[in-house]
Amino acid sequence: MDLTLAIIVTVVGASTPILIAALGELVVERSGVLNLGVEGMMLIGAIAGFVVQFHTGNPYLALLCGAAAGMASSLIFGFLTLSLSANQTATGLALTIFGTGFSALAGSSYSARPVSLMEPLFPAELAAHPVWKVLFSYSFPVYFSFIMVVVIWYFLHKTRAGLILRAVGENDQSAHSIGYSVIGVRYMAVMFGGAMAGLAGACFPLLLTPQWAERMTAGRGWIAVALVVFASWKPFRLLAGAYLFGLVMTMELYAKAGGGVLSIIPSELWAALPYIATIVVLVLISLRRDASTNAPACLGKPFLPSN
Amino acid sequence: MDASMPHRLELIGITKQFPGVLANDNISFSVRPGEIHALLGENGAGKSTLVKMIYGIMQPDAGEIRWNGERVTIANPKAARALGIGMVFQHFSLFEALTVLENIALGMDAKIPARELEGRIREVMTRYGLLLDPHRTVATLSVGERQRIEIVRALLLDPKLLIMDEPTSVLTPQEVEQLFDVLRKLAAQGCSILYISHKLHEIKALCDTATILRGGKLVDTCDPRQETSRSMAEKMIGGGLKDLVKARDRVFGEPRLHVNGLSMPAPDHFGTALKNVCFTVRAGEIFGIAGVAGNGQNELLLAMDGELPTDPSAIKLGDLPAGAMSPSARRRHGLSSVPEERNGHGAVGVFSLSDNSVLTARERPGMVNMGFINFGAAKTYTRKVIADFSVKALGAGSTAGSLSGGNLQKYIMGREILQRPSVLVVSQPTWGVDAGAAAAIHQAILDLAEAGSAIVVISQDLDELLSLSDTLAVINGGQLSPKMQVGDASIEEIGLLMGGVHGNTEAPDAIPA
Repeated sequence: MDLTLAIIVTVVGASTPILIAALGELVVERSGVLNLGVEGMMLIGAIAGFVVQFHTGNPYLALLCGAAAGMASSLIFGFLTLSLSANQTATGLALTIFGTGFSALAGSSYSARPVSLMEPLFPAELAAHPVWKVLFSYSFPVYFSFIMVVVIWYFLHKTRAGLILRAVGENDQSAHSIGYSVIGVRYMAVMFGGAMAGLAGACFPLLLTPQWAERMTAGRGWIAVALVVFASWKPFRLLAGAYLFGLVMTMELYAKAGGGVLSIIPSELWAALPYIATIVVLVLISLRRDASTNAPACLGKPFLPSN
Repeated sequence: MDASMPHRLELIGITKQFPGVLANDNISFSVRPGEIHALLGENGAGKSTLVKMIYGIMQPDAGEIRWNGERVTIANPKAARALGIGMVFQHFSLFEALTVLENIALGMDAKIPARELEGRIREVMTRYGLLLDPHRTVATLSVGERQRIEIVRALLLDPKLLIMDEPTSVLTPQEVEQLFDVLRKLAAQGCSILYISHKLHEIKALCDTATILRGGKLVDTCDPRQETSRSMAEKMIGGGLKDLVKARDRVFGEPRLHVNGLSMPAPDHFGTALKNVCFTVRAGEIFGIAGVAGNGQNELLLAMDGELPTDPSAIKLGDLPAGAMSPSARRRHGLSSVPEERNGHGAVGVFSLSDNSVLTARERPGMVNMGFINFGAAKTYTRKVIADFSVKALGAGSTAGSLSGGNLQKYIMGREILQRPSVLVVSQPTWGVDAGAAAAIHQAILDLAEAGSAIVVISQDLDELLSLSDTLAVINGGQLSPKMQVGDASIEEIGLLMGGVHGNTEAPDAIPA
């Protein structure tokens, strides 16, 4: 019982950053932009969040600065791909490389310096009982991620702004001819995606490992990108997918710690599992013809107004 | 229609200059309330430019627009809609993955709650017999149904002038009749209609007045009911219309192409499965395949030209089973094809014409020797195509993308025809091509048939098929109707076959009696 609860708590921790980053990328892709720089933006958010937490000890300010740093880095991507119509795939990859290098440079003097983890949102008494612990023992980003699933779903399907965003991702030329600003909508989406990725990155030093380590996001940004496809661009499927991946990653930790049955499979294989699963899922999706039809029709194509 | 009322729309001396072209030269005409006014002309005559200025997409360089007798400046489409001008575009600006309701909501200037909007949509739909389910996804609708969305969107604004840009090019004859009913109803309520088309019999059937443009100038304003189709066509192209030379009662030779029980699953989600398609085309015969777009024409073309391999015996060239052959193997055995999409499928836009010739004509006229391209031969062949088919191009070295649609089509047709194929498969031979080029392409097809090739023409333009082909069948939902002689076929029957599954089934009460 206790072990199960402990596993659940760990899974939630592992899944939250992936979910937040993937939600941001979902909105970006729904507007027709493919930003492969999620990993880089997460690292920039992680170092920004760490530095602020280290100097101020205010985790909320740290999250906010992580988000702001992520948004700022997404503006580089936005300017290149939206204003200058650069290739989105190449620019996104470059952003990831840039984020990796930049965060390593900025964090070089902070290695092996601990910070304090973010406190749970609710008072400890509420989470005293193990069952209540499952619900109330987390810090702010966990609840934020759940709220954002609902908010993004509502935004996309129930609001006019969400309809315009989907329209831009579906047929940019038509949206333009009706009179919507395709580039403007996409800038907003890219900035939102950057802020979510930065916030997700800041979760690493604040929620998971209370220190700075180079490449501490360890490819979670890529999993977030794959998850968006896995979830066929739907927020609630994204929630399920993020937790599935979080579960697999947690299994790795328990396998490493010599956790009984799990250690039959070497921990290296557990560690590889999320990435293998990502590949398998992407292959399965490309085989299923109807799933791809949910993809925004303009995904990854630069917008050049025809008249 | 009281003559003393001010004109709904009056254009006085409208002039628009583009770099190198005078698109509209001092155009003046007027439209009365409730009048259905045709704007007639070939591609490039300046019709689109003119309506773009009326709808506020462009501004005239000189001249004035009067609306209900008052001079106005229409700064943008929003201003046009505010005046009461609606427009239905030729290429629909619809979002496939969204619903009808969402599509209409996106096009509205005012923010109207979804439920109220739905009520108003249903009201307009019932008033004009434009039946559609507002919650259907656009991707599942036929072209005719998609056009209804655009019309409903325009009608919701209660327009006083509705501009229709080539609205019938994709409709079945029954859908055309339905559309005309709606337009007549609108006109009877006082809405003026500016109807752009180059289909003369439609203009004769529908319009009160016709303004004819040629090369940016107004040629004539006439009453289409007093004119013959021929006289209007001659005004449109500015010269005598050449008749197609077609020998009567031609005798066909041995069968060249057999398609026997061709069935194929849909290649992708939006494709159409082919169901037991059977036909035979003989030497010298032109076989037309009519149908509304998206009923399996593309799949059938791809199966015939080898891009989608099938069961070997489903397609035979003469006696040779060819269903499993690659496109180049089929070319070697005398089958040539011209796909619908000129740029990107029929030709590579960034390649020179000469390189494009190598792509499909390398084998038969011998442009490749032991794997090496004989550029001289490719150039000579391309120059011959350019000369024989009067392609307007700077030379064999100009890129395919630099040619106009009509000229590129003439080049592609010429490239295939000069290979003397024993079987030629063509899809949409004159799509978006002006009347002069279309006549030349039609004549080339007839001449090739005369020389003994078997020809399959897939087209949505029924007039084209009726004038060109000897035999005809209709494709609908991936099924091909039995073959009929063109002389025996009635337009009604063909139209019903075309509409079989699509379009009319959901709104049977909207079919005119």
